[in-house]
Amino acid sequence: MRADDILHPTEAGLYCPPGDFHIDPIRPVARALITHGHGDHARAGHGAVLATRQTLEIMAIRYGADFAGQRQVAEGAIRVGDTTVSFHPAGHILGSAQIAVQPDSGPRIVVSGDYCRRANPVCAPFQPVPCDVFVTEATFGLPVFRHPDPADEMARLLASMAEFPDRPHLIGAYALGKAQRVIALARQAGIDGPIAIHGALQRLSDYHVEQGIALGPLIPATAADVPAQLVIAPPSAFASAWVQRFRDPVIGFASGWMQVRARARQRGVELPLVISDHVDWPQVTATIRELAPAEVWITHGAEEGLMRWCALEGIPSRPLRLVGYEDEPE
Amino acid sequence: MRAFAHLLERLAFTPARNAKLRLLRHYLQATPDPDRGHALAALTGDLKLRAVTPGLLRGLMADRVDAQLFALSYDFVGDLAETIALLWQTDRDEDVPLHQAVALLAQTGKAGLPAAIATMLDRLGPSQRLAFLKLATGNMRVGLSARMARIALAEMGDPDVADIEEIWHGLSPPYQPLFDWIAGGARPEQAARAPFRPVMLSTPVDLDQLRAFDPGDYMAEWKWDGIRVQAINDAGTRRLYTRTGEDIGDSFPDLVEALDFEGAVDGELLVRRGDAVAGFGDLQKRLGRKSVSRAMLDSHPAGLRVYDLMLWQGRDLRGLPLAQRRAVLDAATFENPRIDISPLLEFATWDDLAALRADPPAAVIEGVMIKRRDSAYVGGRPRGPWFKWKRDPMVVDAVLLYAQRGHGKRSGFYSDFTFGVWDGETLVPVGKAYFGFTDDELRELDRFVRQNTVDRFGPVRAVAPGLVLEVAFEGLNASARHKSGVAMRFPRISRIRWDKPVAEADRLDTLKAMIP
Repeated sequence: MRADDILHPTEAGLYCPPGDFHIDPIRPVARALITHGHGDHARAGHGAVLATRQTLEIMAIRYGADFAGQRQVAEGAIRVGDTTVSFHPAGHILGSAQIAVQPDSGPRIVVSGDYCRRANPVCAPFQPVPCDVFVTEATFGLPVFRHPDPADEMARLLASMAEFPDRPHLIGAYALGKAQRVIALARQAGIDGPIAIHGALQRLSDYHVEQGIALGPLIPATAADVPAQLVIAPPSAFASAWVQRFRDPVIGFASGWMQVRARARQRGVELPLVISDHVDWPQVTATIRELAPAEVWITHGAEEGLMRWCALEGIPSRPLRLVGYEDEPE
Repeated sequence: MRAFAHLLERLAFTPARNAKLRLLRHYLQATPDPDRGHALAALTGDLKLRAVTPGLLRGLMADRVDAQLFALSYDFVGDLAETIALLWQTDRDEDVPLHQAVALLAQTGKAGLPAAIATMLDRLGPSQRLAFLKLATGNMRVGLSARMARIALAEMGDPDVADIEEIWHGLSPPYQPLFDWIAGGARPEQAARAPFRPVMLSTPVDLDQLRAFDPGDYMAEWKWDGIRVQAINDAGTRRLYTRTGEDIGDSFPDLVEALDFEGAVDGELLVRRGDAVAGFGDLQKRLGRKSVSRAMLDSHPAGLRVYDLMLWQGRDLRGLPLAQRRAVLDAATFENPRIDISPLLEFATWDDLAALRADPPAAVIEGVMIKRRDSAYVGGRPRGPWFKWKRDPMVVDAVLLYAQRGHGKRSGFYSDFTFGVWDGETLVPVGKAYFGFTDDELRELDRFVRQNTVDRFGPVRAVAPGLVLEVAFEGLNASARHKSGVAMRFPRISRIRWDKPVAEADRLDTLKAMIP
């Protein structure tokens, strides 16, 4: 069986005919295998969902307990149709996994989903899984993306808070994963006092704490007067009237895109923090070298850059041009 | 250079003036000499270094990065220096003193420059690489004027801004004597020829306030809509300064050449064609140029209209009463026809002056200046001796079209408003205003924008036509860059016309008729 017959893009997303399932489908399907809980990968309304326990629980928080007809926790090797699948940590957000698809005969394909190789206090580290075909994202698939140590970025946040002690610092961070990571990084950087969070982060942050991830004292950023200098909110909140309660805030944004000034300017950000839950260029290229797959498939992002690199390295690659995945989902 | 790189980055993303000042002041306080002086010069554009060309930088990359990956990267980043700073491969991140980087760029010969730049980049982490490359290409673009730099300096110690402006042009990077003075040391000797001297400024006035004064105590002249300048010829050294001490001589070589007197005079810089004075729009075309083309010199000739003398033929006249200084001025002759004297206005009563102000002989007059006859020439803005009585602003009723979110104290509020007027059946944007309203009015405007949004473009919202704004402005220029063909000067929202139907807003023809 050729790799194409095992997995290929369709309008609903990546489809596996021998297993009769989709991976991270963007529209309702009979059986979905889901890598992680971000809204553009994990959607409600499928017949059956197979995912890690944490991803299932995150989906239940976001969509309600009945988000799919059947829910199955991925543990160990699982038979699905004429394939065996297994889930492996991806290091992206809490519960995130790569999915290895092994047909009864034919090449082994690993769909990495969104992944990151840098240590992250809110999730398990990426686990390299040997494979014939490695399916990778290329969100930051250009050599300009070399994300700095997040501790250095937190040092910049602390310096700004010290330089402008009278101004609240509002940091935009996506509600699932990035927000909790920024909070955990702030704790590592020595911020012990209360951190205020926007209401949209409350349930997901509570869930992280239930899973044993210490986030320290969090207070709601809903009162007229919020007694915390550091406030975390989803970026969309900065367009809402919610911001008006803060006097002369410093607006920041934690994202891998902040490495490029023009992108930070478009966001109207005063304090860009380069903190990413995706592989940057050195990580994605090192991962491909480490796994040494026979072929690389690229799901979405800056595929031209990564394809060029693969060509220079002599590794066959092809773009899947999957649509429906955002650059960095909310 | 690590701290300098951090400063550049913060300044580039910080829109608020006061926050910029604080960032700069903290940097200058924490950074040793001579690095802080070099940084100051870099920010104010006073650091004269060999300009590194984009071609040289591209050549460095050609040896190091695949051409296709470089092209994709540059296309994404959009800025050559930034692309290279991000792409450069090195494991080192030394904190190289800024003066070392400056010395490298100032002293390395052309042949050795590419290798020297590469060696320096090999020593630096990404943010320092960007700072170094910005230094090398001479393009800081962090929105900090020389004036703001001097304000930050003034906040560091006792000398105030006027004190610093007065000696600024005798100083050169890295400004050690200046920093010593600010720290409590001796004032630097003004060694330079033709130094800038603090300008005497006026305060606004109206007819009711004037009635308290005896018109006989005052002189009046037209208020010209040009640029206030201090023109100096000090034993052959010629300088043309703005009222904040910027030397703009490079932009006006025709006028500098005409300064064939001995003294320091106070007057208005204007574009003049024969006896006619052109509008501010014409003068604006001459501003900010490092060199001026022959064609521009011919089509937009600069002139000077003098209204006061500070120094004249070796004498400092500043302590004399205005009437005596004016007598010396009236007796002076300026050989060059580019220079003439601003005439005094004849008036016996304030109502006479009001009549003159209401009907000036030229569109380039923006009101009248009223000065006490016995006033000495005092730098700064003393209250009383000099008044400006500006003509009433022009106003137009326009329709709110777009709103953009503000920064800092206005975070979360739609506070920058683009408005338009009718051109046939459509509304064309004619300007943008972000002040003139109270905090309460801002809340009401913000609410209106949120409730009437029809489209979103990033931080900008398009608003359904439904609100008329009375916009006041100081003048109107023809503009090829604006779709409407007009550009407003100093527009602000003077009233919110909740009562007025959109259909009754003004038309573009009305605006065009206001262009001088």
